[in-house]
Amino acid sequence: MTHETELTMVKGNEAIGEAAIRSGCRFFFGYPITPQSELPAYMARRMPEVKGTYLQAESELAAINMVLGASAAGARVMTSSSSPGFSLKQEGISYMIGSQLPAVVVNIMRGGPGLGNIQPGQADYFQMVKGGGHGDYHMIALAPSTVQELVDLTSLAFELADKYQNPVGILGDGLLGQTMEPVRFPDLQQDPGPEAKPWALTGANGRAKRFHTSLELSPEALERHNVKLQAKFAEMKKNEARWEEYKCEDAQLVVVAFGTSARVARAAVESARQQGYRVGLLRPITVWPFPSEALSALVDRGVTMFLDVEMNAGQMVEDVQLAVLGRAKVEFYGRTGGMVPTPREVLNEIMKVMGGEAK
Amino acid sequence: MKLVAGKPESLSPVVTHYCPGCSHGVVHRLIAEVLDELGLREKTVGVASVGCSVLAYNYFETDFVQAPHGRAPAVATGVKRANPNLCVFTYQGDGDMTAIGTSEVIHAAVRGEKFTAIMYNNCIYGMTSGQMSPTTLMGAVTATTPYGRGPEAGMPYRMPEILATTPGAAYVARTHVADVGNIVKTKRAIKKAFEIQMKGLGFTMIEVLGNCPTNWGMTPSESNKYVTGDVMAYFPVGELKDVTKEVPAGVHA
Repeated sequence: MTHETELTMVKGNEAIGEAAIRSGCRFFFGYPITPQSELPAYMARRMPEVKGTYLQAESELAAINMVLGASAAGARVMTSSSSPGFSLKQEGISYMIGSQLPAVVVNIMRGGPGLGNIQPGQADYFQMVKGGGHGDYHMIALAPSTVQELVDLTSLAFELADKYQNPVGILGDGLLGQTMEPVRFPDLQQDPGPEAKPWALTGANGRAKRFHTSLELSPEALERHNVKLQAKFAEMKKNEARWEEYKCEDAQLVVVAFGTSARVARAAVESARQQGYRVGLLRPITVWPFPSEALSALVDRGVTMFLDVEMNAGQMVEDVQLAVLGRAKVEFYGRTGGMVPTPREVLNEIMKVMGGEAK
Repeated sequence: MKLVAGKPESLSPVVTHYCPGCSHGVVHRLIAEVLDELGLREKTVGVASVGCSVLAYNYFETDFVQAPHGRAPAVATGVKRANPNLCVFTYQGDGDMTAIGTSEVIHAAVRGEKFTAIMYNNCIYGMTSGQMSPTTLMGAVTATTPYGRGPEAGMPYRMPEILATTPGAAYVARTHVADVGNIVKTKRAIKKAFEIQMKGLGFTMIEVLGNCPTNWGMTPSESNKYVTGDVMAYFPVGELKDVTKEVPAGVHA
């Protein structure tokens, strides 16, 4: 990735849009919902400048199915939403995975369940990571924690979507979407287009017809199809786990957190270190595949305690427990409903788990 | 030498899964003949829906994508926007278009999306074995109206009449395929819709009244009489909008 361009101050939601365009995305199908609305608005303004298409759909259901159609025709395509709207996209995501069609789908999470509120949340982890739609499936889910990372991971998302012919999710939250930070964007790239995709529907001109479907009526054929999909998910799991470790070298306790929670946790780790606690941070960059091996390796290196911090009632903590397999203590601290934990709260939890007192 | 009988190039040489006496095959053939005649086969992408015609992609020698239930017009929007040079059509049933997909087809028309939506209306859910659809006639006995459709289940509504009121619609018609004369008229309507689509004039839609001998519990011949009798009495055939004729919306040609 090149960062030749100068630093630009930009809001998270708009950074995703510009990064998508720089990565060759020329089709965006959106629908308004807070706190992601700046992204479709940015695309509505920016797409005509690069001869791209922005279309406001009549619903999230329609938007994701427009994505399905444009993807089938070979376009680099994206849609975005926030929690309640992202639930509506699950139907299309399941069909796209069954039909092996790539796209980038963004969820800027808010409080839930139901309409919840428009404050930041991380309560859609299960939905994104465990398969929010029907059927046995997985999609790579990227969890940025800074605006620069939103840019970098948006570009990566398009590459991975095309590589695996599978949708890729970006799991942000309302705080990250609304945060302004200086970033560098990659150079402007064109959509490689249907020519780069030997499966794209371009009309059966001088070749046999092609079709994309998720339907296989015979159980033998559907099982064969599913085995093929599962082999692809296994490849993703093997190759695509990404994470960041911070001050884990000599740590007794490692905080595990993603996205906004990880920024809070990092500040708490800093404070704990200043007070002499041997604490580190492991930040999953991909929440699927989950960096289980990295956690397991930390146990091998002597970590005896994990503190999982999330803006939900405890979802990723299950993956932490699975990675650790009882070989270390796993504690959880979370806030819900749009509440963001403070570094002080996380520091208190660290000290509680490590047997200390808040000073 | 002129070929007077044969298989259109756009139709695949395969056995279909449709029931004996069903008119889906007739409509498929008409579409295939039109694609051949307009030279569109090699630049067409069809969008299959959910219902009896879910396997349409097996029956046409064109590219195809299969959409979730009711969403074919949204999928077609994505395909056509991504590649405006293509000829794009959806093939949907009445359950798909007038129940679960009402929103998608109306907004495709509102936006004037340049594809052709074809709805096969046989007033019933066929694939799921004979449940009431929004276009089921009053009094009709189905799996989910065992005592006959009463007003508590709503009354049938006319989708083309609604679509014809949208400024984005360029051509909207209702036809039937229960006799030879009207099969010819249906082909003419499909051809006109595809021509208007390729001229980029707007959204085009044809509702074709068809039969369902299996789920209506009738012989094919009885079912065609039901189409030309009770069904047509409620769903009048004709062109509802044709921008090339400058016929005002809602006036029958």
